[in-house]
Amino acid sequence: MTQITDNFRYWILIMPALAIMIIFYIYPVLGIWQISVTEPEAGFGNYVRMVDSSAVRTSFLITFRVAAITTVGCLILGYIVAYTIANFASRLTPLMLALVLLPFWVSVLIRSFSWIVLLGRSGLVNDTLRDMGFIDAPLRLMHNELGVLIAMIHVMLPFAILPMLANMRGISDTYVKAARGLGASEWTAFRSVYLPQTLPGVMSGVLLVFVLALGFYITPALLGGGRVLMISEYITYQIQEFLAWGLGSALSVALLIATALVLLIAARFVNLRSILLDRK
Amino acid sequence: MTHQMTEPILSIRNAVKRYGSLHALDHVDLDVAAGEFLTLLGPSGSGKTTLLSAIAGFVDLDDGRITLHASDITKAPPERREFGMVFQGYALFPTMTVRDNVAFPLKVRKRAASEIADRTKECLDLVQMGGFADRMPHQLSGGQQQRVALARAMSFKPQVLLLDEPLSALDKKLRADLQWELKSLHSQLGVTFIYVTHDQEEALSMSDRIVILKDGCIQQQGAPGDLYNRPRTTFVADFLGKSNFIDADITGRHSDILHCVAKGAAFDVQTDNVDEIGNKARLALRPERLRINKPGVELLAAKVSQVSYLGERCQVIVKHEGLGDLLVSCATWQTGIKPAPGLEVSIGWDQNACVVLAAD
Ligand SMILES: Nc1ncnc2c1ncn2[C@@H]1O[C@H](COP(=O)(O)OP(=O)(O)OP(=O)(O)O)[C@@H](O)[C@H]1O
Ligand SMILES: [Mg+2]
Repeated sequence: MTQITDNFRYWILIMPALAIMIIFYIYPVLGIWQISVTEPEAGFGNYVRMVDSSAVRTSFLITFRVAAITTVGCLILGYIVAYTIANFASRLTPLMLALVLLPFWVSVLIRSFSWIVLLGRSGLVNDTLRDMGFIDAPLRLMHNELGVLIAMIHVMLPFAILPMLANMRGISDTYVKAARGLGASEWTAFRSVYLPQTLPGVMSGVLLVFVLALGFYITPALLGGGRVLMISEYITYQIQEFLAWGLGSALSVALLIATALVLLIAARFVNLRSILLDRK
Repeated sequence: MTHQMTEPILSIRNAVKRYGSLHALDHVDLDVAAGEFLTLLGPSGSGKTTLLSAIAGFVDLDDGRITLHASDITKAPPERREFGMVFQGYALFPTMTVRDNVAFPLKVRKRAASEIADRTKECLDLVQMGGFADRMPHQLSGGQQQRVALARAMSFKPQVLLLDEPLSALDKKLRADLQWELKSLHSQLGVTFIYVTHDQEEALSMSDRIVILKDGCIQQQGAPGDLYNRPRTTFVADFLGKSNFIDADITGRHSDILHCVAKGAAFDVQTDNVDEIGNKARLALRPERLRINKPGVELLAAKVSQVSYLGERCQVIVKHEGLGDLLVSCATWQTGIKPAPGLEVSIGWDQNACVVLAAD
């Protein structure tokens, strides 16, 4: 009896969210799948064109490369920040946490534009370097992959820090103490005792950043200036410039599948369930 | 068994540790003899862990010196001190198997692979965990984790083992078993044990010497029997076992005998430090040193107010007009009477049963 009512309650509670997902997300996605095999004519022509096109291949390559480098950058920078916040008692800890969270309150668009102001030909960075006499001609800091990477790493950093921080805060300091008491140097204790315990946090940060980065649009579009065509921007081009709905949709499907593949491969090595749900 | 303090393996001089205004360690002096089983005993917050952590190198002293084999290690990092340590809560590395945990101290010392394998196996067998080498720590019970922690702490053959309440998380039965095992390991290995506990029975049954801490100060130290039979302060008399306390006036003295009067009771106390005692003294009287008998047989008349039967012993609270409630503990088969609330009895004790305490 309670079984039934509990079940019933579950569905009542889940229904609104589920309805929104189905109407505004699943249904349109299915629409895209459909377009990809019906426009401009029925069949897999779009997919054949996609596989044949070297531009598409280059774009996928750039996408994965940018996502991978962004992930590594976020991982290294984020690990250091998370480690410091989690392991050094300080009055500044709340402030540090606020600084990590702050970017979430500022739109990605604004943050990306700020980078344009900083990295442009006569942006703050170039001007300062020139005024100090380090360079004669301005450095090319944007409208190339470097600019995209700088901004991407900045935008993605909180997604790397937060899961790692949550994980590190759950690790008692007695393990490292025990290791040192048993003869390990500070570095050995970190490497063989602390680091392995942070791997779940690292994995969830890595997955989060990588998967988000694969589909990122605004930042590469603004900082790349049309020269660093990641797949989402490429799709936009197909649809807005060439009205090639079919090819655009096929590319979307490909991106979705690629992302799913990444998760599937990750699932072979780590327990996704515990990484994405338990955060411990 | 008392250890001659010829050359202490470890000595601590004037150790001070402050946390704000709180003195976690307040001018502590301590010498530890090689091969000794030394227990630090004290109530919660008395500074036991702080003292052990200072020895291990996790707590920086504000003042004082620690020497090991006559070399100063006060400022040495923990990994240079070569102590084996068992933590409160064990701290087994969760990402390593039991085998790797035990091998860890050997690996960081870069021993040969074959030696590591042999020694690891030897240690695990010693604590009867040989069959669990491939398990992860979370797959073990509390007692098993404790054994692994012990094997890990001794795998690199340290001369001193530091143990912080290693048995506190275990149930009573298992604890008693492991106490025996620890004790026999100690005599087997010849290693110095510095053992922290707040359980007085554990301290009494295992130690060669007990150091009693309170508020960061050493209250008294000595062999278990000495401490139990000759506590110096009310705190020690009360903390180590139970005691009745009597505040008495000294009315006379005769060689090693004090004549005492306390609230209508007059009695003699035999003690060897007669000269140091003033006109008033506080006396401690162990419950098992009190005799209970039929009215008129013993010194004082009293009335039973509570009885609790513990199997081999019987604890009786009797009320004396002047002295108030007194706890008597007697073997059940010895009492000529059957104590029950309201029963009129008499109580007494031997001249040497009372211990004269110093003012706290
Ligand atoms: N890091 C610290 N910061 C501030 N105070 C501390 C710190 N560590 C210990 N103390 C204080 O020092 C005193 C002694 O602590 P300690 O941990 O040595 O007690 P303990 O005898 O081991 O107690 P327990 O039996 O509960 O483990 C306590 O009052 C404790 O609150
Ligand atoms: Mg403690």
